[in-house]
Amino acid sequence: MELYALPAHALRQMLDRGEISSVELTKSLIERIEAVDGAIGSYLAIRVEEALKEAEEADRRIREQRDVGPLTGIPVSLKDNICTEGTRTTCASRMLENFVPPYDATVVARLKAQGAPILGKLNMDEFAMGSSTETSAFKLTRNPWNLERVPGGSSGGPAAAVAAGATVMALGSDTGGSIRQPAALCGVVGMKPTYGLVSRFGLVAFASSLDQIGPMTKDVKDAALLLSAIAAHDPLDSTSIPGDRADFLAELDRGVEGLVIGLPVEMLGEGVAPEVREAVNAAVGVLEGLGARVEEVSLPHVRYALAAYAVIATAEASSNLGRFDGVRYGFRSREDADVVTMFETTRAQGFGAEVKRRIMLGTYALSAGYYDAYYLKALKVRTLIRRDFEKAFERCHLLVTPTSPTVAFRFGEKADNPVAMYQSDRLTVPANLAGIPAISVPCGVSQDGLPIGLQFMAPALAEPVLFRAAAAYEAAAGWASMRPPLEVK
Amino acid sequence: MYEVIIGLEIHAELLTDSKIWCGCSTRFGADANTQVCPICLGLPGTLPVLNERALELAVKAGLALGCEINRFSKFDRKNYFYPDLPKAYQISQYDLPLCRNGAVEFEANGEIRRVRINRVHLEEEAGKSVHSGDNIMGSEYSLIDYNRGGVPLIEIVTEPDLRSPEEARLFMEKLRTILLYAGVSDCRMEEGSLRVDANISLRPFGETELRERAEVKNLNSFRALQRALEYEVRRQSAILDAGQRVEQDTRHWNDQKGVTISMRSKEDAEDYRYFPDPDLVPVVLTEEQIETWRRELPELPDQKAARFISQYGLPAYDARVLTSSKAMADFFEAAVERFGEPKTVSNWVMVEVQRLVNEAGIEFDALPIGPGDLAGLLELVKRGTISNNVGKEVLEEMFKTGKSAADIVKERGLEQISDTGELEAIVEQVIAENPGPVQDVRDGKEKAIGFLVGQVMKLTKGKANPKMVNELLRQKLTGGA
Repeated sequence: MELYALPAHALRQMLDRGEISSVELTKSLIERIEAVDGAIGSYLAIRVEEALKEAEEADRRIREQRDVGPLTGIPVSLKDNICTEGTRTTCASRMLENFVPPYDATVVARLKAQGAPILGKLNMDEFAMGSSTETSAFKLTRNPWNLERVPGGSSGGPAAAVAAGATVMALGSDTGGSIRQPAALCGVVGMKPTYGLVSRFGLVAFASSLDQIGPMTKDVKDAALLLSAIAAHDPLDSTSIPGDRADFLAELDRGVEGLVIGLPVEMLGEGVAPEVREAVNAAVGVLEGLGARVEEVSLPHVRYALAAYAVIATAEASSNLGRFDGVRYGFRSREDADVVTMFETTRAQGFGAEVKRRIMLGTYALSAGYYDAYYLKALKVRTLIRRDFEKAFERCHLLVTPTSPTVAFRFGEKADNPVAMYQSDRLTVPANLAGIPAISVPCGVSQDGLPIGLQFMAPALAEPVLFRAAAAYEAAAGWASMRPPLEVK
Repeated sequence: MYEVIIGLEIHAELLTDSKIWCGCSTRFGADANTQVCPICLGLPGTLPVLNERALELAVKAGLALGCEINRFSKFDRKNYFYPDLPKAYQISQYDLPLCRNGAVEFEANGEIRRVRINRVHLEEEAGKSVHSGDNIMGSEYSLIDYNRGGVPLIEIVTEPDLRSPEEARLFMEKLRTILLYAGVSDCRMEEGSLRVDANISLRPFGETELRERAEVKNLNSFRALQRALEYEVRRQSAILDAGQRVEQDTRHWNDQKGVTISMRSKEDAEDYRYFPDPDLVPVVLTEEQIETWRRELPELPDQKAARFISQYGLPAYDARVLTSSKAMADFFEAAVERFGEPKTVSNWVMVEVQRLVNEAGIEFDALPIGPGDLAGLLELVKRGTISNNVGKEVLEEMFKTGKSAADIVKERGLEQISDTGELEAIVEQVIAENPGPVQDVRDGKEKAIGFLVGQVMKLTKGKANPKMVNELLRQKLTGGA
């Protein structure tokens, strides 16, 4: 098999045995990017020279058997809202088109310390606001399974790049499903960790109480490997959970026998496309066949999750994005006769329509006279949803649902209908509101040949059992080896 | 005549080495934008982490002001756009401040007044803007120094318990003393580490409802505070006298012109859209932690004054004056330890030493004379080596030159003439030369003896021991002491 098609854990063995070098691997990926990314459009920046230099250093470490970890020499790509020292970090926004951070995000520093070359920065919805990567100010990213379809979003670049073999693995960010939904739509694995498991330092904030960085990979084992590399307490992030992290790989091969898996009835009904529902039902059958007990459960308040999310996420965003005012860095409008004009025109010209829509929604929700009716009420709903999950997890080890209600849709299909677009996140948002970990794994292909994703959710900090179930399902169902039928130019 | 109602909002920078959310230095006076980092510049992706020392000092400030400390507190974002506010929000505290319900007592016109403290909360400083014109909209350019951005700050809000502009000033002096004692802030108004805004309204005596108020800003000294409020009393009185209502607004004090100018009306008040900062976790304090910090607080002015009265037998007035500055109180105590005689030391410190400090325009803690130096001087006076009056001159010389009292007395030959034989000759001379006053004394006119003592002092250039001169004169003129 071609190198680009292999998961990290397979490449690890080849690197350790000296069958390939990190430089060879990195070069082959750069060639792959050149071959496919013209059609896919997943990258905003490729760090050719830097990545090769980092690969050389990794090869030295491997040769000298010095500090060789699971990711030493394995190239990783990053969603472009994760800050990289010396490499532009744009959030796919005109506002930050020329922003070069003077610091690495904590996750980037950890990857570099472990000797993983950073291959490049990947496209996304502007400031992670969108579910199709269509709100990027710079380019469209196409779904490798069908170039007429969106890759999902907001981590559409990472999902498409992993699916197309344009990187080994990638980091995305997930505020309401931004890792899991594009992973589902592109047929890869995408995982959102427990809130606070991974440092947010250096992740350009969308909604601080919901954002988490997580792995997007070719299979479940890679996701556990990449999460192990980035998860740690970080003194630079006050919301980072203190103490050591669990061994995410320990239970990968234990199977699902004896696990009780809940099927939330509210998340399989209305709005879920029939073929998605069928694929999920089939997956449930596979899990039962493996020895899991599947039970229906109820999460009565998840029907309000999307509404609560819309208020909380936009409220936080309206404040988080205030700093883009043209004064210190980033885009500044030429219409700067006085400071108010400069603020207004900078923000009017620097942000795209969806970002502006969400800033306005959030500003409204926090305004005097509306705070109690919107923001405070949304916080209360969030608490109720969290309790629904706690109650469900008294009975079940895990919950399983579809990741996205539909398969990948066409460009423009939902771009003019924000509410329809927001519905894409309906099934992923609850995990963010509850702060619990969730993973999407491929569970089938639609009649049109588009991937379908299965979502597992687990209690906070129960990543080991989440990976365990996902790995067991993946091994039994065989969808992990599924690759898009990409024509290479 | 109206009843004047004043409440104050005070900001004090905390005495931490580093900023509230990052490790940048808080040193005042560095070159612009040299004490900044991605965190205090609010660069995308950066996050705040609370400086524990700032929390400690804020709680200590609250304890020193008699506040209750909230066991559960949180940080909120105050959202507004301004170039010196790098995140477009200030991290502050809204509905759950660290400290609540305190009180400060101070003296005004011989009366003890009590002002309730509504709250003390912790927040961050913004940067500092310098405009080429009068204000940001009327300037060709504005410059921003972000060194100050992220310096920890407490906001202290009083209840509207002050009843005159003078009271407002006296309260601020007391508040400053308390904060200095507690060691939480250096309270330098000229460097902006202590700032005050005042809310003032008037109402007819007997009325209980509060009327529309003005919020007065840009008060850069205690004197400006009092003057601005006096101006507001006149302005608002005239409006009420004319049967009109005061418009609620925010006003800017112009110190040169001595007037307040309206900046914005109530209708223009900004909506700050406060909400809990999701980047920070709530502050949960244990009872033990609060008690530890309470025990670490030094003796505060009121406690110290009470102790001075009981321990040293000082009058209440002396105790209050001496404790109005920690440096002065410490100086007093150290001098008493060496010399004894607390009341003598108190008089010298309150009057003579304080005068030199005032004349030099310095703070008491910059005094170039040590308590041991003063004790040495008082010892010379006590032994009769020099007179009280010469002592005052010597003190001034000590202040100027830094030399010891003994050296100055020796160098300038200021020892009193205590030699009975030498003095007797001079006394005889004065008696001979002043028959009139001598007769007066013999006739029982006590006052005249002072004149004769003065003559002796004049002839000896102040070096005669006045007590001995007095005794000698009495001996010779009335045959007794």
